[in-house]
Amino acid sequence: MSAESSESLSDAVSRIPPGSSVATGLALEHAIPFAAGHELARQGVDDLTLIGPISDLLFDQLIGCGAVSRVRAAWVGNVSAGTGYRFREAVENDEIDVENHSNFSIALALRAGALGVPFLPTRSLLGSDVFAESDCFEAGTDPFGGEEVAYVPAIEPDWAIVHAQRASPEGDVHLWGNTGIVGPAVGAAENVLVTAEEVVDPETIHSDPSRTAITREQVSAVVECPWGAHPSPVAGHYNRDNEYYLRYHGATDTQAAFDEWADEWVYGVDDREEYMRGVDADLSITEPTVAAEVRYGQ
Amino acid sequence: MASEAYAPRELMVSAAAAEIEDGDTAFVGMRLPLIAFQVAVSTHAPDSMAVYESGVVRDGPADGFIHTMCDLPNLNRAVSTTGMLDIMSRLQRGDVDVGFLGGAEVDRYGNLNTTRVRAGDREIRLPGSGGACDIACMAGRTVLLMPHESRRFVEEVNYVTSPGHADDGSGRENHPAPGGGPDALVTSKATFGFADGELFLRSVHPGVDREAMLADFPWEVRTAPEVGEGPVTTTPEPTAEELDLIRTFDPDGFWT
Repeated sequence: MSAESSESLSDAVSRIPPGSSVATGLALEHAIPFAAGHELARQGVDDLTLIGPISDLLFDQLIGCGAVSRVRAAWVGNVSAGTGYRFREAVENDEIDVENHSNFSIALALRAGALGVPFLPTRSLLGSDVFAESDCFEAGTDPFGGEEVAYVPAIEPDWAIVHAQRASPEGDVHLWGNTGIVGPAVGAAENVLVTAEEVVDPETIHSDPSRTAITREQVSAVVECPWGAHPSPVAGHYNRDNEYYLRYHGATDTQAAFDEWADEWVYGVDDREEYMRGVDADLSITEPTVAAEVRYGQ
Repeated sequence: MASEAYAPRELMVSAAAAEIEDGDTAFVGMRLPLIAFQVAVSTHAPDSMAVYESGVVRDGPADGFIHTMCDLPNLNRAVSTTGMLDIMSRLQRGDVDVGFLGGAEVDRYGNLNTTRVRAGDREIRLPGSGGACDIACMAGRTVLLMPHESRRFVEEVNYVTSPGHADDGSGRENHPAPGGGPDALVTSKATFGFADGELFLRSVHPGVDREAMLADFPWEVRTAPEVGEGPVTTTPEPTAEELDLIRTFDPDGFWT
């Protein structure tokens, strides 16, 4: 499916039905699609299964908003402060189901999905309770060498949500900086929603094909969404808003406190533009690095 | 050489940095190791490299404070910014020399728990593994860092997030994980090594009462002379150069 050209974030997110499995936060602490996540919460899309590696805050927020039934992830919390209180409380109250992964196992599960194979073997996990206490993994033997390995089953999310620097309306995407497991997740997902700092002319994409990380046939929706990853950083656009993470940590230790936070930052704003009016931090890039020119042609 | 006053966590960073040897590829995660690698590569280990599971590869310190491995100064002028499978592939192939781990609980074999702990009859959920389980399983050796608190030292961890050594004295020989396993534990009061897969006291930080510090463990901790590893020493204080670097890399003392 190719993207239906650039559309509004609310229209794009409205195509994600309740009960979907959604992989997001895939570049680890970088370029987390907070704007799209908040729109899911505003639209009341619930019963979600969230899939990701470390989820720096976004999973905690969606859990606090009551949008989540299940989490398949390696780490859920707040990298600046440690605990994510909404995740912790939801687990302790048995309100969500958690499948514990390591970062590598979630990466391999999505890679298996992208490769179209049922599982991939790894030398990780063995001897841990991530493996021993899980219904997800199986012990296996290398049929060639006889070594004990762990089998990681494929995960094929209904949706992957990715934030990028720029995309064409057709759905060809440039992204740079570290990519975490964006590639495997996009390959494994049935649908991909891209939010981009800029929607650009296709010529811009064609000028630098080595930078194209996602192509149109993988993408279901492209949305221009400046500041769509705040408070996480986006290379070339803005720095991490660390104070925001710390304030969130201090303001969400009870559900009632979280609800107040969400009333201000999620439900109390119509869109990202309004959200950003509440952000009072200078996150600008003061020392931009310009890459050496790349020449090619014919 | 030794220095003016320093914070306990500055000593931990210095001790952690000392665990990176020149030429090492180090797997760096969250918190103190972010600073420790930058100190090591700026001092005794100029040819070390850092890999981060986000996909970042660096051969030098960041020019600016980093809260996380993905903060823009850590991406800026990196060797490469790639993806996790690239980094984890190096780890799985055995190309990562040393990895850093933390934990809410550790036992004598270096098993670490960052998934769930008990507090009375309540079970508290923690964030989980992240890349820790992978590093613990597959790095050439691991260095464990944690505050020195008696509740963290347990006979048996509540959940093995990151596996340590086998409990039969064989270290990693009879353990299914392929890496070398825990090589050192650095706390805010002492440093420890591992012999035959079990913890032993290596050095005590300056000013720390050794017996009181050891009383924080629920088992009789072996000491370096008992395992043929020389005397128990005093952990070197951070040098003036190291302190200067730590305060450059963490100017507001956010991590230290």
